Amino acid sequence: MEQSFLADYGITLMVFLPLVGAAIMMMVPGKNEEAHKTIALATTVITGIIGGWMVVDFYRLGSAKWSELSYLIDRPWINIINARYTVAVDGISVPLIALTLLVVPLVIVYSWNHIPQPGNTKAFLMLTLVLHTGMLGSFVAQDLVLFFVFFEVVLLPMYFMIGVWGGENRLYAAIKFFLFTLFGSALMLVSFLALYWVTGGTTFNMVGLAEAVQSNDVKLSTQVLIFAGMFLGFGIKVPMFPFHTWLPDAHTQAPTQGSVILAAVLLKLGTYGFIRIAIQILPEASIKWAPWIGLLAVIGIIYGALGCLAQTDMKRLIAFSSVAHMGYVMLGIATMTDFGLNAAIFGMVAHGLITGLLFFVAGSIKERYHTLEIKRLGGLLISAPRMGWILGLATMASLGLPGLAGFWGEFPAILAAYSPQEGISVGLFRVYMVVAAIGTVLAAGYLLWLLQRTAFGRPSEEFENDPAITDVVPTEWIAWVPLLALIVLLGFVPGLIFDMTDGPVTVLTDALAAAGK
Amino acid sequence: MNLLLAAEAVAVPTVFNYVWLIPAVMAASFLFILFFSKRLSIKPHLVGVPAVVGSFLFALVIAFSWIGYNGDVNEAQAGPISCAGGEVAVGGSNHDTEAAAEGEGEGEGGGESGHGEQRFSPCPVVNDVTWFQNGGPASEGGSDITVGTLVDGQSVLLLVVVTFISGLVHVYSTDYVAGDRRYTHYFAFLSLFTASMLFMVLSSSTLQLIVGWELVGVCSFALIGHWWEEKPNSDAALKAFLTNRVGDIGLLVGMIILYFGAGKTFDIVAINEAAISGAISKNTLLVAGLFLMAAVMSKSGQFILHTWLPDAMAGPTPVSALIHAATMVVAGIYLIGRLYAVFFIGFGISGGTLNAMALIGGITTVGAGALAFVQDDIKKVLAYSTVSQLGYMVLALGVGAYTAAFFHLFTHAIFKAALFLGAGSVSHACHHSFDMKKDMGGLRKFMPKTFWTFVIASGALAGIPPLAGFWSKDEILVGAGAFPGTGGNGTYWVPFIFGMIAAGMTAGYMVRVIWLTFFGEYRGHETPHESGPLITTPLIILAFGAVFAGLFNIPEGFPVLGSRIGEKFIRWVEPSGISSFPTIGHAKPSVALALLATIIGLATGLLVWTYYSKLYAKDKLATEVTGGLRDKNRLARAGHKLLVEKYYLDHLYTGVIAGGTKGPVARAAYWFNQNVLDGIINAAGTGSTIIGRFVYRFIDQGAIDGAVNASGFGAESSGEVLRKVQSGKIRQYATLMFAAAALLAAVFIVAV
Amino acid sequence: MFLNQFLFFAAILFSIGVYGVLTRKNGVLVLMSIELILNAVNINLVAFGALHQDISGQVFVLFVIAVAAAEVGVGLAIVLLIFRNRRSINVAEADLLKG
Repeated sequence: MEQSFLADYGITLMVFLPLVGAAIMMMVPGKNEEAHKTIALATTVITGIIGGWMVVDFYRLGSAKWSELSYLIDRPWINIINARYTVAVDGISVPLIALTLLVVPLVIVYSWNHIPQPGNTKAFLMLTLVLHTGMLGSFVAQDLVLFFVFFEVVLLPMYFMIGVWGGENRLYAAIKFFLFTLFGSALMLVSFLALYWVTGGTTFNMVGLAEAVQSNDVKLSTQVLIFAGMFLGFGIKVPMFPFHTWLPDAHTQAPTQGSVILAAVLLKLGTYGFIRIAIQILPEASIKWAPWIGLLAVIGIIYGALGCLAQTDMKRLIAFSSVAHMGYVMLGIATMTDFGLNAAIFGMVAHGLITGLLFFVAGSIKERYHTLEIKRLGGLLISAPRMGWILGLATMASLGLPGLAGFWGEFPAILAAYSPQEGISVGLFRVYMVVAAIGTVLAAGYLLWLLQRTAFGRPSEEFENDPAITDVVPTEWIAWVPLLALIVLLGFVPGLIFDMTDGPVTVLTDALAAAGK
Repeated sequence: MNLLLAAEAVAVPTVFNYVWLIPAVMAASFLFILFFSKRLSIKPHLVGVPAVVGSFLFALVIAFSWIGYNGDVNEAQAGPISCAGGEVAVGGSNHDTEAAAEGEGEGEGGGESGHGEQRFSPCPVVNDVTWFQNGGPASEGGSDITVGTLVDGQSVLLLVVVTFISGLVHVYSTDYVAGDRRYTHYFAFLSLFTASMLFMVLSSSTLQLIVGWELVGVCSFALIGHWWEEKPNSDAALKAFLTNRVGDIGLLVGMIILYFGAGKTFDIVAINEAAISGAISKNTLLVAGLFLMAAVMSKSGQFILHTWLPDAMAGPTPVSALIHAATMVVAGIYLIGRLYAVFFIGFGISGGTLNAMALIGGITTVGAGALAFVQDDIKKVLAYSTVSQLGYMVLALGVGAYTAAFFHLFTHAIFKAALFLGAGSVSHACHHSFDMKKDMGGLRKFMPKTFWTFVIASGALAGIPPLAGFWSKDEILVGAGAFPGTGGNGTYWVPFIFGMIAAGMTAGYMVRVIWLTFFGEYRGHETPHESGPLITTPLIILAFGAVFAGLFNIPEGFPVLGSRIGEKFIRWVEPSGISSFPTIGHAKPSVALALLATIIGLATGLLVWTYYSKLYAKDKLATEVTGGLRDKNRLARAGHKLLVEKYYLDHLYTGVIAGGTKGPVARAAYWFNQNVLDGIINAAGTGSTIIGRFVYRFIDQGAIDGAVNASGFGAESSGEVLRKVQSGKIRQYATLMFAAAALLAAVFIVAV
Repeated sequence: MFLNQFLFFAAILFSIGVYGVLTRKNGVLVLMSIELILNAVNINLVAFGALHQDISGQVFVLFVIAVAAAEVGVGLAIVLLIFRNRRSINVAEADLLKG
């Protein structure tokens, strides 16, 4: 009974429940803010319970099943183009789904007394719920059209979140975000359609397409071109150098909740797309593109770090650090090896937790100090000691300290670069490896520098006796403790994710190894 | 074969399965102190001290078990043992039970010189659990990444040293740090540090070693920056962390090379075996070794990455004693020892005359020794002395004197901890100042216990017989193999000379410290006082250690004592006759060399002593000569300036490299981002707007809208015409209708 | 055959009806003229029906008569309303539908 319920409805229910919640909220008058918060939280919690049930159930299926698609639902959808409603999960998507299921309720809890200007709780929370559906949907979709729809569903709420609730320069940031992503997804769509037609126009199913590409003997040059479109689409979302310039603006201007969701989940859609779609369907083209992906990744690592060092605004610094961290994820992907891909997925989750936490803290600092200018901050450990400690732990995790989650995204990626997949230049990737290792020093540099100037020292005179500067409040505790706990837990028990991703990744790398020969 | 099977007969003590408890207890202590100590109002030292004392006692149990096991195996065994590396041990099994399955080991079994017979020690006892898997299950070609404990002589030694020094420092701190603004955090981090250090020491895989390595680094960061309100302290903490990060590049890359070289394994035993069996090429070993040397240089303060260590003295003094003298900084030595096969073969230590490791050690030991002469801060003198002694250890490993290096690590931990804690006691008396010239002098009258323990420890450091340092230092000098009649692994003249110079320097700067601190007239204000028993008791214990620790490894040939208690380190710590450790040669002790080194030491000491006593005779408060050599000779002045400026390395790092990266380079990158990349984007935006306007005005508004408007206009005007027909008069309509009908009729008629 | 006579008669009747529709100003007369036109058609239908021995001609005539009755009913009602509003039944003045 349970099994069949999960298998038949589990994913659908999980994905669309937030939309139902949003619909209910639509009927409640906007004045009743408490009701809206309750509904939104209840919706995400129920979604989380269903999803959590699925995740736990999936975990108990055992490692043999982790590399297969589970809870598969496959129904006709748009018959005329053979698009189907196909959703399922495997070991690659489950960690990311779990991350999404965790982060969104925390964001809503945090919103309890942190609704950004200009208010309007109803609209804000509804957008969050719509985002939730879009993100979950992207991670479960097994059909390119369905994936694309969910991928785009995410775009609009985020646009409004930045454009309405953002900072001073919000419109510029929102439009930049929107246009960049839309540009990418347009090219991505072209690639999807090209893929559909060159394989005979029979299916949009990801697995089916992967097989069709092999059986139809699609020319390598065609594959490489199709990959290019996806590369742009996903690369912009990641974001990879040099398509990253929307990110600092979006992050700086977005409200805290928007930044958290953006950093924790949205960026992962890009890297997830690389693994799930680009590599799975076009292994041969992936091998051809790998040196370029790797190059942009290591440029991103160094470049993001240098960008961080030049920042005077804390939030912008964290945003730039995302560029560097996603560089490690992309480097892991570019190696096309088991260790690299495992590291990439781990890195996605770790970055989601850590950078999410950093943005939360930055948001709370902004709320108390009304500024994020690093020069004016200082002595956080005196003014708000607990928050200072949390910031310290988050920066330590972010700089890849072993024993915390960040390390497992970084070190294995560097390790994998020593010996990339067959068919990829070894010498080149060894250079990348050293460059990436140098990046860890720069990461430590800018993060500790940030920590020193915000947390250490004594508070400046203007904030010394400011009554607005309080230590962590209960809603913040609720929102942050799960993140903190997971950062430490994953640091010491990396097998929680590695073991799960390893199976499906090995299937992928087998195909890549065959393609590289 | 039968003889090999005998190894099985010796059961591995089950207590080794529980060695993980030691770091676990310290970690639990950390968590308890951090989260509950304040809430339950339990004094943090009431948690920390029992935990560390318990750990020490358990470490002793492990040590005795190891000694017993070691002896049993040596007796039962008569041929080389293969430790069966390469295979990943699965939970609970250990390597040497598989030994019997392997055929004859390689090598003749060296280590003959100085010993009558071949000695066989047990393989490291490994207990692993799977951490995570990669590339599929191990059964299907993937690899299990494991975490676990590795017990052998080296790890047992470190286990005892770390828990011992940590225990004393805990006790000492209860008085020294009492009333500190963050007493609880201080003890929490002491516990965390001890846990991390033990975690690292017990590593069975290089990955675990990296984790522990970085964790001790972060504890060091937190404790150096303990008083982070003051910027110099947090600067020092940052410097320590960042310098270590630079070295960590080497650590990561080196370990990665070895991981792939040894066939995708992190297992330390397997890597060592692969290095010895030739599975990893010599060049790969050399490259990996050089990368790992970078890590050693940063962690163990070797030139040119040593600059953080003197700055690290910004932390509380007990922390300096524990972390920056006795334990954490020897992590680099530990790393070399742990992967000794890699270095030994990679650097071609056997039969060589010079290699990177010995050279780095040599330069460090002399370079830092020279710097120690110009420091006024007592802790900084000790810090440079630590750097110098660490250089000694690296030098020893570089010339193949493995046992000597670890023996020196052991004695150094004891007497250097004594010196640091003594310095802390002195500063406790002098209102928390560390400036020897301004605030000290003549203290021997006020604090005799501190004075005597300090002198004994200094003597040990300077290598005065029969104190501990004499034995270990002598062994290193002997191990260089250059002195006639010693004959170790090679003929290392250059390191040997460096070692001799450093031996002289050590005595010199220690006499300077003692004189400035304890002799002459008191130059500070108010009357200093002896410290309390919680501070002096650890000092006395350590002073005892500084006297007697050397007996553990006195040469066998030493009259009376040698044949009974000598060479315990060679027996207990140094692995021999196993497949995961290279066959190293042993040098013969030389009485002449011992005498020579002692004389050099005493002579320099005497020279410095005379200098200061003459000064004292002239002016009771003077601390340096005016109108001396430095004022007369330009070269001497330049040399002094070079030392005071610490070879200008700090200027290079902070000013040029860090400042450059943080300043111009980062700004340039950001400028590029804002102006070039964003410029392109914004230009694209502006360009599209312009194109958009053009399109709007001419195409959209002109052509397309034109057509639309035209059709609208056409419809309107035609309507204007046609509306005239719509007169509303029925008869007019009827007329039109009939006319049309008539017309149609006519058309039909004509057409048909 | 005497079909032609019927056809001539119907044509004359039709022409008289058309003349009446076009020239008369009185609404009632216009309606009556329309009645004439319809009857002209009826005669034609009956004549051709008889010629082809087809009963549908007569059937259709019956329909036309019924429709004509209805038409006159509605028409007279309109005329009556126009008269009520304007005190005149001059169709030339009823031009409110002018475009």
